[in-house]
Amino acid sequence: MEALTDQDGIKRYLVNINVNGDPYTVIVKANTLLVNLLRDQLDLTGTKKGCELGDCGSCTVLLDGKPVNSCTVLAVEADGRGITTIEGVARSEKLDKIQESFVNNAAVQCGYCTPGMILSAKALLARNPKPTEQEVREAISGNLCRCTGYVNIVKAVLEATGD
Amino acid sequence: MNENYSVIGKSVPKMDGRVKVTGQAKYTGDLKFPNMLVGKILTSPHAHARIISIDTSKAEKLPGVKAVITHRDVPSLKYGISPARWDENIFCIDKVRFVGDKVAAVAALDEETVYRALKLIRVEYEVLPAVFDPVEAIREGAPRIHDEYPMNINTEIHQNFGDVEKAFAEAHHVRTDLFMGQRTYQCPIEPHSAISIWEGGKLTVYSSTQSPHYHQYYIAREFGLKMGDVRVIKTFVGGGFGGKLEPTGLEFAGAALSRITGRPVKMFYDRHEMFAHNRGRHRQIMEVTTGVDKNGKILGLHANFIMDGGAYTSLGIASAYYAGAMLTLTYDFENYKFDMIRAYTNLPACGAQRGHGAPQPRYALEAHLDMVARDLGIDPLELRLRNARQPNTITPNEFKVNSCELTACIEKARELSGWKQKKGNLPSGRGIGLAVGSFVSGAGYPIYRTNLPQAAAIIKVHEDGSAATLYTGATDIGQGSDTVLCQMAAEAMGYFYENMKIVSADTETTPHDFGAYASRQTLMSGSAVKQAGEEVKQQLLEMAGEMMELPPGELDCREGIVFSKYSPEATRTFAEVAREFFVQKGPLVGRGSYTPPKLGGKFKGAPVGTSPAYSFAAQISEVEIDGETGQIDVKEVWDVHDCGMVINPALLRGQVHGALFMGMGESVWEEVVFDKNGRILNGNLGEYRMPTAVDMPKITSELVESYEPAAPWGVKEVGEGATIPTMGCFSNAIYDAMGVRVYSLPLSYEKVWRALKEKKEMESGLKSAAGRIYDKC
Ligand code: FES
Ligand code: FES
Repeated sequence: MEALTDQDGIKRYLVNINVNGDPYTVIVKANTLLVNLLRDQLDLTGTKKGCELGDCGSCTVLLDGKPVNSCTVLAVEADGRGITTIEGVARSEKLDKIQESFVNNAAVQCGYCTPGMILSAKALLARNPKPTEQEVREAISGNLCRCTGYVNIVKAVLEATGD
Repeated sequence: MNENYSVIGKSVPKMDGRVKVTGQAKYTGDLKFPNMLVGKILTSPHAHARIISIDTSKAEKLPGVKAVITHRDVPSLKYGISPARWDENIFCIDKVRFVGDKVAAVAALDEETVYRALKLIRVEYEVLPAVFDPVEAIREGAPRIHDEYPMNINTEIHQNFGDVEKAFAEAHHVRTDLFMGQRTYQCPIEPHSAISIWEGGKLTVYSSTQSPHYHQYYIAREFGLKMGDVRVIKTFVGGGFGGKLEPTGLEFAGAALSRITGRPVKMFYDRHEMFAHNRGRHRQIMEVTTGVDKNGKILGLHANFIMDGGAYTSLGIASAYYAGAMLTLTYDFENYKFDMIRAYTNLPACGAQRGHGAPQPRYALEAHLDMVARDLGIDPLELRLRNARQPNTITPNEFKVNSCELTACIEKARELSGWKQKKGNLPSGRGIGLAVGSFVSGAGYPIYRTNLPQAAAIIKVHEDGSAATLYTGATDIGQGSDTVLCQMAAEAMGYFYENMKIVSADTETTPHDFGAYASRQTLMSGSAVKQAGEEVKQQLLEMAGEMMELPPGELDCREGIVFSKYSPEATRTFAEVAREFFVQKGPLVGRGSYTPPKLGGKFKGAPVGTSPAYSFAAQISEVEIDGETGQIDVKEVWDVHDCGMVINPALLRGQVHGALFMGMGESVWEEVVFDKNGRILNGNLGEYRMPTAVDMPKITSELVESYEPAAPWGVKEVGEGATIPTMGCFSNAIYDAMGVRVYSLPLSYEKVWRALKEKKEMESGLKSAAGRIYDKC
């Protein structure tokens, strides 16, 4: 990774990442969090911040297909890797099956947990297309929702597995 | 579904569903404005201390810092819920009163600089003795937190209806129990934030608020501005649950920083600061005494409570009154006494959390009544049926209850849960419990004294009739008021939900409404919306009458079609009539407003708890307890609600699920804990344990037929009511399973385990005592 030193003597790193299929080259500090790179530098504010401690899951993105809390990943760690954020889930006008199922099952209330939930669910269905209810619950147990009691979220994910 | 309606009563998808699943929905923290600064508040590290000096010079010199402010830079006017209790300043002046009290604020180019600058502010404190327990706080000699409030008494209530002493004297059985609540926190997943932009003498604030109007009112008052020069705009809000109702301090600090710097300032709390600012649920100490006749009929009730208010009033006077006021709703009895002291302590202030003051007292009463039923040998469900409030009755504290299907709720819950088969027949370790509850559908009186209507609405039909926009001050914080109100507007106009647009919760473009609290919007905002829709329809039909050469009284409009009631073949579309209206007369606009009737009695505190209508609910839960560890495994919960006519069943059930989830968290796990210096020990979402997806049991949410005469289309509330019975219902299920009663919240595994251990020791103690007696004989 290329590094530059700024006027205060702080190192800046040149990071190449692919977000939702688009290549970006950005300059970050060693301690820049991936969530802040996405939100502040790339204006991808669909990724939310609820705690910045890895507790709530609202910052969940897919890093090379795996769900991670982007508040616990350094931007430099994402160098050379592929990221999917909520903005990259729908194919242009057409919603992804999971997104559609969230809308149809009233699984969205305030919506703040929703992007993270959808990405966790997406990762689950990618590795396990026919999960049981318990597996769904486990897969989203790192994503806190204060509004729904998870009832309709679980329902929505299970329904998205149907053909 | 009711055939008479085309749009209401249907589970239409939420207005904002699509923007939320795609990440397009913008919350306050997602917004950016050119030249925007970042601001943060410096808070007190001490629970109680005198401020000797504040030196901001080092912070000011840090490159990138644009402003550092303290109490010297902002108005010193106190604010709070009511004039008699204005006790809070934007920044502390002489003293700090809890760990987290606001002392200064910084605006800088970026977050990192702001944090560095905060560290450079030197505050010299003289640490004072502090008090953290409400009972100790009101003892002689306790440290005085506010000079104006002797004995640290923030609110004192003594209400007496009928003759409780006489009722107890005449009762067959009188029982007293003492319960302990805990401090919990709303924990919306979106932290509070506000962006303030002071430009050309006008202040605009984008905010994660539950009530743009209150924020506008308080900000204007603090800064001496005209209401019209303050615009508060709600963005998408990531949940509130009461915590985003009152000012958070961010809007005041941000406004001052923006005025000084001439730049937009974004302020936010991180998760720990959220906990420190708090305003969550009060911890209450609750002594309940009931006198009953031999059939279990309640003759009199005395609720004697103390609550920990924390360092400021916040919305706490209302919480204090609500705590006692709402206990009379579910059961029919005449003699009631309510005593309450809300004490100041050196902890973060408590405010309104879902269900407001009611859930903990309800827990106490419902657990207590189960003990009463046991004393009398009556099935606890039967005891509730014998006492359940009936429709068209008045409570001892003078609340008028119109519709009330509590009996039907209990009966249906009994049926759904299999109560009859299960009660007394479940295997050991397994139990079933019931509790009931009730809640207001909007507070009868606004938070501050004003004769403004509770709600108002405007509907504008677009020029070509292809859409209509509802303008309402009602505040969607996730619960779905935008959707429900658009359904109501479309129904009243005879239009389509799909063609509705909404502009809501912007104090400049939408008419006044008090916002999202006290479960008020479906009834109150809905009334205004219905009226506005009907006004549109009336004008439309008059126009159609001219076009069709028919008397307007003969016409009606439904689902976008104007038709004659007598010759159905004569029709026009809504759109063509609306377009013609615009051509001939200009904008087609309807207006509505809602003011509730005068409600309640004349005694002190009588307005709190009044409402045009009350929801009722019964909840039953089935639990399994691990006798070795005390672990509580919730098998299933049944909620049966009387919430009047339902506008959107899917959203309604979502409210029940969420409320129950919150109630369950508070029942078993949730509690904000402090160290001996008043510092929060679990101010994060890892250690403040709210339920995750694997913790949630199966939930069945059902309704009973009901229609509220005082409401548009017969609606009532649901959002908060379902939180109220939950803790009592778990307590009763645990008791049924194990025969132990945990008298303090949360009903944690450890407490259940301890109670079991004590029971065992007692039993074996009794046995050995019995053995000793036997030996002696
Ligand atoms: S913001 Fe990353 S886990 Fe909460
Ligand atoms: S929908 Fe509000 S946090 Fe999940």
